[in-house]
Amino acid sequence: MSTWKKIKSWPLLLPVVALILVMAVNIIHDAATGVNPLSFFSISLRETTTNGTILYGRLIDVINRGSEIAILAIGMTLVVSASAGTDISVGSVMSLCASAMCVTLAGYGVSSTTTLAKPLVIGLLAAILMGIVCGAFNGTLVAHLSIQPMVATLILYSAARAIGLLLCNDLIVYVRNPSFAFIGSFLGPIPTPIVITAICIAIVSVVLKKTALGMYIQSVGINARASRIAGLNSKLLIFLAYTLCGVFASIAGIVASSRITSADSNNIGLYLEMDAILSVALGGNSLGGGKFNLAGSIIGAYTIQAITTTLYALGVSSIQAPVYKAVIVIIIVVIEAPPFKAFLKRHSAAFASKGV
Amino acid sequence: MKANSKKSFNSNTLLLVITIVLFCVLYVGGCIAYGSKGFTHFQTFLNILITNAGLICVACGMTCVMLTGGIDISVGALIAMDCMMLAVGMEKGIGAVTMVLIVLLVGVVFGVVQGFLVGYLEIQPFIVSMAGMFFCRGMTAVICTDQVSITEKINATFYKWANTKVTIPFGGYVNNKGKYMAPYVRPGVIVAILVLIIIFIMLRYTKFGRSLYAVGGSAQSAAMMGLNVKKIKMGAYMLSSILCSVGGVCYCLNTMAGSVTQALGLEMDAISSAVIGGTLLTGGVGNVIGSFFGVLINGTISSIVKTNGKLASSWPNILTAALLFIFIVIQSIFAAVRARRK
Amino acid sequence: MEENVVLTARGISMTFPGVKALDNVDFTLRKGEIHALMGENGAGKSTLIKCLTGINDFEAGEIRVEGVDGPVKNRSTKDAQNIGISTVYQEVNLCPNLSVAENLFIGREPLTKLHTIDRKSYNKRSMKIMEDLGISVDVTQNLENYSLAIQQMVAIARAVDMDCKVLILDEPTSSLDDEEVEKLFSLMRKLKEKGVGIIFVTHFLEQVYAVCDRITVLRNGAFVGEFPIAELPRVKLVAAMMGKDLDDLAEIQKEQKDYSKEPMEIEAKGLSHAGTIKPFDLNIHKGEVVGIGGLLGSGRSELARCIYGADKAQTGTLAVAGQQVKINQPIDAMNKGMGMLPDDRKAEGIIADLSVRENIILALQAKRGMFKQLSRAQQEEIADRYIDLVKIKTASKDTLIKQLSGGNQQKVILARWLATDPDFLILDEPTRGIDVGTKSEIQKLIVKLAGEGKSVLFISSEIEEMLRTCNRMVIMRDGQKVGEIDHDLSQEGVMKAIAGGES
Repeated sequence: MSTWKKIKSWPLLLPVVALILVMAVNIIHDAATGVNPLSFFSISLRETTTNGTILYGRLIDVINRGSEIAILAIGMTLVVSASAGTDISVGSVMSLCASAMCVTLAGYGVSSTTTLAKPLVIGLLAAILMGIVCGAFNGTLVAHLSIQPMVATLILYSAARAIGLLLCNDLIVYVRNPSFAFIGSFLGPIPTPIVITAICIAIVSVVLKKTALGMYIQSVGINARASRIAGLNSKLLIFLAYTLCGVFASIAGIVASSRITSADSNNIGLYLEMDAILSVALGGNSLGGGKFNLAGSIIGAYTIQAITTTLYALGVSSIQAPVYKAVIVIIIVVIEAPPFKAFLKRHSAAFASKGV
Repeated sequence: MKANSKKSFNSNTLLLVITIVLFCVLYVGGCIAYGSKGFTHFQTFLNILITNAGLICVACGMTCVMLTGGIDISVGALIAMDCMMLAVGMEKGIGAVTMVLIVLLVGVVFGVVQGFLVGYLEIQPFIVSMAGMFFCRGMTAVICTDQVSITEKINATFYKWANTKVTIPFGGYVNNKGKYMAPYVRPGVIVAILVLIIIFIMLRYTKFGRSLYAVGGSAQSAAMMGLNVKKIKMGAYMLSSILCSVGGVCYCLNTMAGSVTQALGLEMDAISSAVIGGTLLTGGVGNVIGSFFGVLINGTISSIVKTNGKLASSWPNILTAALLFIFIVIQSIFAAVRARRK
Repeated sequence: MEENVVLTARGISMTFPGVKALDNVDFTLRKGEIHALMGENGAGKSTLIKCLTGINDFEAGEIRVEGVDGPVKNRSTKDAQNIGISTVYQEVNLCPNLSVAENLFIGREPLTKLHTIDRKSYNKRSMKIMEDLGISVDVTQNLENYSLAIQQMVAIARAVDMDCKVLILDEPTSSLDDEEVEKLFSLMRKLKEKGVGIIFVTHFLEQVYAVCDRITVLRNGAFVGEFPIAELPRVKLVAAMMGKDLDDLAEIQKEQKDYSKEPMEIEAKGLSHAGTIKPFDLNIHKGEVVGIGGLLGSGRSELARCIYGADKAQTGTLAVAGQQVKINQPIDAMNKGMGMLPDDRKAEGIIADLSVRENIILALQAKRGMFKQLSRAQQEEIADRYIDLVKIKTASKDTLIKQLSGGNQQKVILARWLATDPDFLILDEPTRGIDVGTKSEIQKLIVKLAGEGKSVLFISSEIEEMLRTCNRMVIMRDGQKVGEIDHDLSQEGVMKAIAGGES
């Protein structure tokens, strides 16, 4: 009984169970189609003509493709915790940052280039700066003008892609330069996005461990008034959370753009806001703000990617996948909803009394 | 004893006036800048109505939801799904009337589910309707991933509806070939105007309409005064989805096609129309006349961009978002001023 | 049921987890009388009202209402309204965005044959209702265009028009000015003539004597007595409300010395915050404990909040330890060595979902800044030290604070501030709602802190405990500092000062 209770109160229960569930579906599907049931987990080295020896396997693919979601999930976790709202602009901001970067690297009006107009670092900085600006914009609206987070971020959700298109002069800007493509390809045998994600997670973990930021944000998210009395600057912290979210969106945008060596305003980060929010919810974090668990969100992010990959394997196309994800979101929020919990409690009580 | 009432010219009417003035300025500006390109013709105005018939219906529904203090961002995707259903259904040989009824029914069911989740399970409207948005967008792709056009061959009735011209007996002009061009609208516009009138009357003269305002004004007070807040909220989302489906049919009559990327960002247009038209994000204030002008402003902007021909196609999106931003900030400032006055 | 009685409550008892909120309380309301329900915070006034209106579910006792056979048990405010009990709260429960007429009729609008709302008819009826009550308003105007007083009267009009026999007015006057209060009173008198029984809850003594016929006093959830107004002069009323708590009169030895020679710690000149507190001067010396006496709502918390920057002071100057300071928000005050334990523990004190340890170190951490995080070992050491020092009963230092009892939560907040080693500590109702033992512990602690040279501003509803710990008292009334008592601190003297007036 007490072990059961311990398991039930384990914060990572939800994401881990979900992850196991997705893996189980893969194993069953593989077994049913006559492939080695454990092929999902097999990792091998493979020779390629373009990238040399690389790690290969579906698990690697999930972790690689899940990089953007995992990076976004970091920022989203902070935003949800501090403001009890979500930032639905992250997908669009990703796209805008990618556009800003590619335009900087290729020059305005150039649709395709193999040589860089500016050093790569300038391009990366342009992207991150754009992310900071977007995040600060959202943060100002939420923290200082007290606008509901989702309405505030709706503005950039719809405008950021359009601004990106404007920057790109309505073109898809291709930057076919190996030093740029490197970010989205391989570092030795390991996909670079995995390395970048690992670095992001490591930095954030260290920051959360070595500074009081984590406690500050949770404290503000749980009780902003009490936090203020205890000396925290609630507005500044909410602002900071959104700005950081913008920075992570820009990093995700850099990775996504480098993968396709272009800035495709209409498609980079499409539907990723949903995946990021879903990661946070699946990670066992309440969308009502307060306590957060970054590890949960990260596992949640990879779980989402595993779901997506699995859906593809089952023959669901990328534009159909949102149906399933939407259903998962609704199931999670319904389980979390207080009226639903009260309903269950009432009925389990009624059931118990009937049993006696 | 004398009551210290302020004049009825309060900040809310002010917002509506700003909106109407803004529309006039934009439109007159368009006329002056692009008069040579036919912007001054009455038909240009009617074309704005024709293109935005669907949006008018959706904005009416959005206004009702926003009056309760909620929001529904699923509308654009729902329209895409409606169009796709119409296109694919008629391609399969189902009659136009049947398909329209099916689409409306889907709207009802979808609205009931969203309304239940928001009203009875008290989940944030944004999360619910965001899931709804992705569900519909994905579902559109599940129905068909290609663009499906509705031609005369596929369904003659629907084609006839779409191409019916309802001429207006005044405001025509003689074109450069010397032929009199009577101004006209499409049936979709008639439907949209009817919806507008019905919702206007509903909001003003029915119990349900007034209770939407009451819930938005203060849900707690409304409950104290004996209103069933949960039911009213659910009703609002149902209404939004139904009107969205009606709008979907109008939209389809205009585009005559179903595709996954259709009506992308339409939720944004609907929300900004409502907000620009004076509907408060916090609920309780607003009416469909304002939202109608909001739609006209959005329509005029796109029309100007289109008439100009040289501006990038992303400008309408940016301008709509910018307008939304400006009006949200104005609202927030008004709210702060009001709070300080108390 | 007795002649002329509209409502009786007998032997009402109710417990909240850990607290006996009401213990065998009686209440009788007669036709056409205005009956004041008095008591300090936590006395059980609101709990009793919530029992009458169906929000709270009481455990024992019965309520009878004229015209209803047998005991009444309301399940919701709607039930209560149906049998004629209506409530008007300080926070008006109407919709500001609807017209006056709509607010009167929403949920029961007259309909036309087409099932649309008959606006004309209800506007006309509303006009008549308001005229009958002598309120001149344009009923088609939105409610938000009117002052709070008018809004309150509309709420009352709605209640009256719904055939209420019992009208409960819960602190209706706290945000009204004198003229508005007078308007409200004349309306109350008019209703009284119509035979409505009115229960009037307020903390303004003058108003009780201006309009009420009878007073029922509650204290700590218990019934103290029911008195005709003439038999209970102010000082007696205050005494009845505050009582003499029998908490153990532990041998608390406050320092007996002349503090005016000590250096000045806090020097406030003309501080004010619009709407909450009028300009005041206040000096506090090093090592001195200053109490603020006054009834709830007299501005005692607001004075403290203004000094601390919780409500930013709009006028005046503040000097801390002889230096002029500008305080925009609490962290500024903290950096000047202040700390404040707020009166609303739930809303402004605890961070419910964080652990006891995190709650203790929060303020210290905020003072150090984000980048100088206390190491886990330091945090645990501090938590242990203060759990030990103020004797917090908790399973472990990593227990969530919301799982602790109220008294222990309060000690955690106290520990939070002690950890910052403040020179000046504001304690707003630190002993409210906590058990007697803890109370005397906190009192001892206050005296001990003063002995260590810290200055304390102490606010409490219990005069006894302030008398025992304070060296000087500031008296507040109606958002204004009305005086100071620095020698001859006695129960009677303080009560007289708090009550004001001639009697």
